[in-house]
Amino acid sequence: MRWISILLGLSGTGAVGFFAVREIIMYPMYFFELFLGGLTRGSIYALIALGYTMVYGIIQLINFAHGEIYMIGAMTALIVATVLGMWGWNTAVIVILAFVFAIVYSCAYGFTVEKIAYKPLRNAPRLSALISAIGMSLFLQNYVMLAQTPDYLPFQSLIPDFQFWEPFAHIITSVEITIIITTVIVMILLGLLIKFTRIGKAMRATAQDKVMAALLGINVNNVISATFVVGSATAAIGGVLIACHVGQINFYIGFLAGLKAFIAAVLGGIGSIPGAVLGSLVLGISESFFTGYFWSEYEDVFAFAILVLILIFRPSGILGRHDTQKV
Amino acid sequence: MLKLSNIHTYYGNIHALKGIDIEVEEGEVISLIGANGAGKSTTLMTTSGIVPAKKGTIELNGEDITYLPPDDIVKKGICQVPEGRRIFPYLTVAENLDMGAFLRNDNDKIKQDLAYVYELFPILANRRNQAGGTLSGGEQQMLAISRALMSRPKILLLDEPSLGLAPIVVKQIFSIIEKINQESRTTIFIVEQNANLALKAAHRGYVMETGRITMTDTGENLLANEDVKKAYLGI
Ligand SMILES: Nc1ncnc2c1ncn2[C@@H]1O[C@H](COP(=O)(O)OP(=O)(O)O)[C@@H](O)[C@H]1O
Ligand SMILES: [Mg+2]
Repeated sequence: MRWISILLGLSGTGAVGFFAVREIIMYPMYFFELFLGGLTRGSIYALIALGYTMVYGIIQLINFAHGEIYMIGAMTALIVATVLGMWGWNTAVIVILAFVFAIVYSCAYGFTVEKIAYKPLRNAPRLSALISAIGMSLFLQNYVMLAQTPDYLPFQSLIPDFQFWEPFAHIITSVEITIIITTVIVMILLGLLIKFTRIGKAMRATAQDKVMAALLGINVNNVISATFVVGSATAAIGGVLIACHVGQINFYIGFLAGLKAFIAAVLGGIGSIPGAVLGSLVLGISESFFTGYFWSEYEDVFAFAILVLILIFRPSGILGRHDTQKV
Repeated sequence: MLKLSNIHTYYGNIHALKGIDIEVEEGEVISLIGANGAGKSTTLMTTSGIVPAKKGTIELNGEDITYLPPDDIVKKGICQVPEGRRIFPYLTVAENLDMGAFLRNDNDKIKQDLAYVYELFPILANRRNQAGGTLSGGEQQMLAISRALMSRPKILLLDEPSLGLAPIVVKQIFSIIEKINQESRTTIFIVEQNANLALKAAHRGYVMETGRITMTDTGENLLANEDVKKAYLGI
């Protein structure tokens, strides 16, 4: 029985491999497009996944309301861009203000959610905080639904089609390249923040040992707040970028994006920052290939299948160790 | 300088400190000895504000600090090296020392202090870019003490500095502790199960049993005391 299943598995893998190699050789451009599409998708996941992984690293909580913070970033940008657009403001100014407002609003929400929903439960059983997180997520979704509408709202792309990019636009659009470059810049800045700044070091220390951090004079509550704020800021950037890419948003976009980014964070090893980035890129690219070569209608099923497989075979994720390095 | 009066501390229903009084004068080395579970670590954690007292007062130079949060207590000049050293395992040695100076902005003086601890423990200078978690137990204890010194404490609280270390390393650590006390006039409060060592190093000592102070005297007198000998020195 065992041999038969191994043989079946091998021949299955072989057939898929053969098919994939044949497709890649026959249509290399298509392969490349799928790859870049996956990279774009993965970049967005990474911007959101960072918030999950940093918060988990510091207080071992899955912040289920994080997807909503991302959605609020996109919504804020939509409102700012619509209003300023009606007033006929210059596009560049609109872009900058949309990002600034999105970041400020998302940070304010992220900060407040922690203070209201998680801080009072700091010493309660973990399940309480988790339930509180789910409650917050539902609350924010419904709140935005009532404040805006349940309908999809058109989002004017804030990122123009660059003239100089025209020759390459059929492979990767201006928006996609902007997403990838912005993500790279954000990652580098975040890396520098964590590695070299006073608050970054305090975040790492607090993630490793809260009591010891407090014994050295670090205000642990402030560090936790800062972690939520930083995670919210990157999610807001992701929210604005994806809204530009997709062209429409509603109150519900945070749910699936948040879930996917969470899967990416688990895939990379929750608690690890490099893991979140790696997991996001792997998930984004493999989703893109899966939908491009196999069944596009099973896109989301694929991500959940990956989640189940990691949880069974490698719960600590790609880069996670058992005592994973956090933050 | 530091004065604990009638301190009661609980963990839930467990009454860990049952009204203790301890006084530490400026420039002294004080040892608190007692068996495992007596409440020694709790005494330090209550002083540091991690497990606040339910009743009683803690004063530093006459100022009530009983209910200050931990970071404010460090600001007042009380720094603890906790039991088990608690080195940040994924921060480098240099970063661990940085965290000790977290509250300070006087960069020139921080550099001087860094040079001073590297001189006290040259091995740390060699290991400065190594992750804290990769150090040996003795090196971690040296790093933990150095990290606390980087906060320029007025009072250094040490919880079982000898725990799990080879005798020769213990000796080295204790001679450095005495040196720190003499050279920079830092007041030192040591908690130890190794009563012999701790009482020899101390000007005065306290003996603790199940949440109560049962005896206090000079280090010498306690070493000579028959009850102490029987209970803690194994003589
Ligand atoms: N975190 C805790 N939760 C519950 N009880 C504790 C905790 N820490 C210590 N205790 C209890 O408090 C008492 C004193 O402990 P501790 O201060 O650690 O003693 P020592 O340092 O002298 O060995 C013990 O009975 C111990 O079981
Ligand atoms: Mg102890």
